[in-house]
Amino acid sequence: MVLQHFTEIGKSASIQWRVIYALLMREILTRYGRHNIGFLWLFVEPMLFTTGVTVLWTLADAVHGSSLPIVAFALTGYSSVLLWRNMPARCIGAIEPNLALMYHRNVRVIDVFFARLLLEAGGATISFIVLSLFYIYIGWMEPPEDVLTVALGWLLLAWFGASLAMLLGVLAEKSEIVDRLWHPASYILFPLSGAAFMVDALPPAAQKYVLYVPMVNGVEIVREGYFGDHIHAHYDLPYLVVFCVALTVLALSQVATVNREIVPE
Amino acid sequence: MINVDRICKVYPTRQGERIVLNDVSFSLARGEKLGILGRNGAGKSTLIRLVSGAEQATSGEITRTMSVSWPLAFGGAFQNALTALDNVRFISRIYNQDYRQNIDFVSDFTELGIYLREPLRSYSQGMRARLAFAISMIIEFDCYLIDEISAVGDAKFHEKCESELFHKRGDRAMLIISHDTDYIRNHCGRFAVLNEGDLVLYPEFDQAIEAHNRNLHLNK
Repeated sequence: MVLQHFTEIGKSASIQWRVIYALLMREILTRYGRHNIGFLWLFVEPMLFTTGVTVLWTLADAVHGSSLPIVAFALTGYSSVLLWRNMPARCIGAIEPNLALMYHRNVRVIDVFFARLLLEAGGATISFIVLSLFYIYIGWMEPPEDVLTVALGWLLLAWFGASLAMLLGVLAEKSEIVDRLWHPASYILFPLSGAAFMVDALPPAAQKYVLYVPMVNGVEIVREGYFGDHIHAHYDLPYLVVFCVALTVLALSQVATVNREIVPE
Repeated sequence: MINVDRICKVYPTRQGERIVLNDVSFSLARGEKLGILGRNGAGKSTLIRLVSGAEQATSGEITRTMSVSWPLAFGGAFQNALTALDNVRFISRIYNQDYRQNIDFVSDFTELGIYLREPLRSYSQGMRARLAFAISMIIEFDCYLIDEISAVGDAKFHEKCESELFHKRGDRAMLIISHDTDYIRNHCGRFAVLNEGDLVLYPEFDQAIEAHNRNLHLNK
């Protein structure tokens, strides 16, 4: 009986993986096509973004409230922004262009989201890793002190971005206001997200409040991994995890409701 | 066997809720062919989408104990921005098949030639129907849901559809929607008329067509 359950789950998992893989390939083709460098744009684009910002911040010698090397500071900050900001941007409006494919019973809203999330998170991650290795190689940056802590912070940011993306993706299907509001919101959140400051440099009164912003906690963890004892990172790991769990549960429940209402075209 | 048990489907509109299907029940056994007649907008395509599982009913239950195709229709099921070959790959991946063989079959059947590498949105209606039909023939199902797919296209296409669907796959169950009443008469063994949310089953075609014509106000 238990074994039968497992084979059922295994079968479903293999169908789901097949569908997500097929959607992934379809996304890559429609988004990047077969022209010039094709799907390399997946991570070349965020790399260009990050490099541009890094160069600008270096030239401007941004005031980030500490004596940290600006290149590593910009790389960790801006890569994190790309990670949590691009996933919602791609999930908003993800359902409509895929409605025709939902004629196939096994293609569901959640699969469309997963395919896009994998692509977006993958692109941001490859960009982050390649740029890190490159900057370290040419001597602009020291290697991170603790890679595992960097990975932990990065994964938590990705989790936050993915659950936020699914929630906004579904809400945008129900009301177009979400799409309109997300653009200004993501711009306003950028300076608040911890990308361009260290919490330690803020006045203590502000520190308490800024840690309510989930991304700030994630970026601080990434930077603790990068700079180790050179900085004093402030974050609340349980808060971030609880926030992500709650957001995920909310997002999945919304996905379930939209699944019932969808009309394939 | 497909069992449709008391399903209702309600769509929200600006003027309030609209009941498209009201307490519809029927069953379809292996090898049976059911033809459904109904006016434009009667809910035939909605019913087929519900049976396929692509869309969920507002209430009621549909159980499938045989494999059921997606709705074979003009629209839907394909990505217009992609080429025919990419669509074949996509569908082969979803249904766990080797796409190389399928590509041979599709290019043979559709005779689309160089258009196989062009995006679907550049296709004519007839080309689209040929491709849609060919792609739906690469996956084998116990039951095919057919939504007017063979209504367009030229005589040669009709002949090919006929042979693929009713000769090679004559033993399969089918649920067929068409405005071509002769098509329904020639290919189905059971008949149903859908009107204002109600589905009425008829064992004989003559009874079904009489009810259908009455709904169309054709026999005053």
